[in-house]
Amino acid sequence: MKLVVKNGTVVNPLVGKTEKTSIVIENGVVTEITKNPDTKDAEVFDADGLFVAPGFIDIHVHFRDPGFEYKEDIISGLEAAAAGGFTSVCTMPNTKPAADNVETIRYMYERASKGNGVKLYPIAAATKGLKGESLAPIGELAEGGAIAISDDGRPIQNTDLLKRVMEYASTFDMMYVSHSEDLYLSETAQMNEGYYSTVYGMTGCPVVGEASQIARDCMMAEYLKLPIHIAHVSAALSVDIIKFFKERGAKITAETAPHYITLTDEALGGFDTNTKINPPLRSEADRLAVIKALKEGIIDAIATDHAPHHQREKEVEFNNAPSGIVGLETALPLVLKLYHDKELTIEKIVELFTAGYKIMGIKGGKIEVGAPADITVFDPDYQWTVDKNMFKSKSHNTPFHGFHVKGAVTATIANGKIIYSRDF
Amino acid sequence: MKHLLGIENLNKDQIMNILETAVSFAEINQRQIKKVPTLKGKTIINFFAEPSTRTRTSFEVAEKRLSADTYNIAVSGSAIQKGETLADTALNLQAMGPDAMVIRHSVSGTPQLLTEIMDCSIINAGDGFHEHPTQALLDAYTIWQRKGGFEGLKVALLGDIYHSRVARSNIYLLNKMGAHVSISGPGTMLPKEVEKMGVTVEKLPKYAVQDADIVMMLRVQNERASNLLYPDVREYSRYFMLTPELLKLAKKDALVMHPGPANRGVEIDDVVMDGEQSVILEQVSNGVNVRMAVLYLLLGGADK
Repeated sequence: MKLVVKNGTVVNPLVGKTEKTSIVIENGVVTEITKNPDTKDAEVFDADGLFVAPGFIDIHVHFRDPGFEYKEDIISGLEAAAAGGFTSVCTMPNTKPAADNVETIRYMYERASKGNGVKLYPIAAATKGLKGESLAPIGELAEGGAIAISDDGRPIQNTDLLKRVMEYASTFDMMYVSHSEDLYLSETAQMNEGYYSTVYGMTGCPVVGEASQIARDCMMAEYLKLPIHIAHVSAALSVDIIKFFKERGAKITAETAPHYITLTDEALGGFDTNTKINPPLRSEADRLAVIKALKEGIIDAIATDHAPHHQREKEVEFNNAPSGIVGLETALPLVLKLYHDKELTIEKIVELFTAGYKIMGIKGGKIEVGAPADITVFDPDYQWTVDKNMFKSKSHNTPFHGFHVKGAVTATIANGKIIYSRDF
Repeated sequence: MKHLLGIENLNKDQIMNILETAVSFAEINQRQIKKVPTLKGKTIINFFAEPSTRTRTSFEVAEKRLSADTYNIAVSGSAIQKGETLADTALNLQAMGPDAMVIRHSVSGTPQLLTEIMDCSIINAGDGFHEHPTQALLDAYTIWQRKGGFEGLKVALLGDIYHSRVARSNIYLLNKMGAHVSISGPGTMLPKEVEKMGVTVEKLPKYAVQDADIVMMLRVQNERASNLLYPDVREYSRYFMLTPELLKLAKKDALVMHPGPANRGVEIDDVVMDGEQSVILEQVSNGVNVRMAVLYLLLGGADK
């Protein structure tokens, strides 16, 4: 089985090269990178005019399996990932049961092995039942293959417990992923607090709720000399705090999601529950600060926080709707807007979509001879209209339905196999 | 115009048209027989998912005087209490072919949601802290009748702005009509960046009331977590109650308004509430005129 991805512009930031060349793949592994490939007996994928990048990784998705398979299951989630150009994903532990036990971790790997070849790396719960009361069996979870720990969505409010979680997890080289939110401030909140919450008549949660918890968690990481990853950064103040601690030498990485660089809290004006997200869409100043942070490397990665919810759960009164939107299948074009706007180079964008390798310690992140062929091919200029009914995800909860976007995934290759290609 | 969801999207002409239409209904409401056949054969559902005496009755009186067939639904006793979603309830009600639904709901934006599900006209009778358009219209009607216009009027709006849909609708309306709104209330009751809505924010009521033409009080909503909004009624009334002394700072002919239900002795002193400057009951009477006008314009085949 031989595949040649021919004449694409290979963007390989970790190798430090962007060049027009071809990639020869045999038995799932890159065997040659050459301008003159031997295409005899090979399947040829013509990538002329397209970008060829290391397979994207999304370090923050919710696949709802086990427990909420009507929203998404691992198989459909992996299909959605492939359609978005992702060859690896890290799943959050808020399943039912929560991923606080090794059986659930094993179940996830087992299910993923029946999927399309996109690699799944479970993030396990930091505390039992995500309750923020006692330590999860982090050693056993690590042994079972969990890649990191997090109480995503129900962050640890008890600072003493946070310290113990990070200390204990360090024994097993497990990093804590911080969903930073002061649950007192956000208890009744529906959106960001500011002018638009005033106008729309909704309870808001101020930026302070996110930024104060980021500050606490960064302080703890610095104090313990342990790494920490900050999930879904949405606000200017959060960026400043992360910058402050990074400059002091703390081992901090951070991600943001495509919606925070695309929309603001003004978008809640139609009371569309698909604009209800946690952390909430922020102000225009916050949006611009997050873009700047991507440019300056203060935020290291793009992650989607893919959060599928069934239509009937979203078609309710605003306050009764769950937070979150699907993101895998719209991420690339939303971020490519920054390329077209000349805010980010294509190398930077590829770096943001592959930084998960560095952050989570997963192997890969570059196209090189001898490495597994996980490759994303995309057309930066293809224009299309987002149609939620075309999603591979089981859920369609997106605020981007009907958006005209520029840039599309052409093909996704996992272990040398084309697992997704777009019908243009 | 098919729906009335809020004041935000109305223009000055539309507002004046509603007020002028209300004048002719005011005349009808003075007659011995207060009923006209205008909406005969039209079906209107009043869906109140939050307690209401004044607004619900006012709408029902308006509908009946226009000869519409009206049906009232409260959440207690409805299928929603049995676990049906609002969307399904709405679809079922739609299947019965109403011409309009009047909706009161505790969640902001719910009337908008219903316009996406149902085909009939949706009239917002108050949603969350968002808008209460017919209240603002009846307040405007009252001001217009008493003051002859809006241009240059100073309106003091006092109390719990944060939780008040009445405040938001009134701010939109009064700004559109050329009045100036000054607000005041405890810091916990002032929503963020409210000044961007085009109001002057004053720390204490005495500054907002200074030379005002209208003093509009808002209800202290005791059902909210009031211990987090103000220490106790004693302290609230000490700093934020409309007393005769406070009212003296306003113009001599200033009107006192309140959307009700009022908490006597909390946000408004008895003497003021029952005093000569109070037009609180007039607001209630005018509510029927204005709601008849709204129903007529939305449903009466006033083709535009």
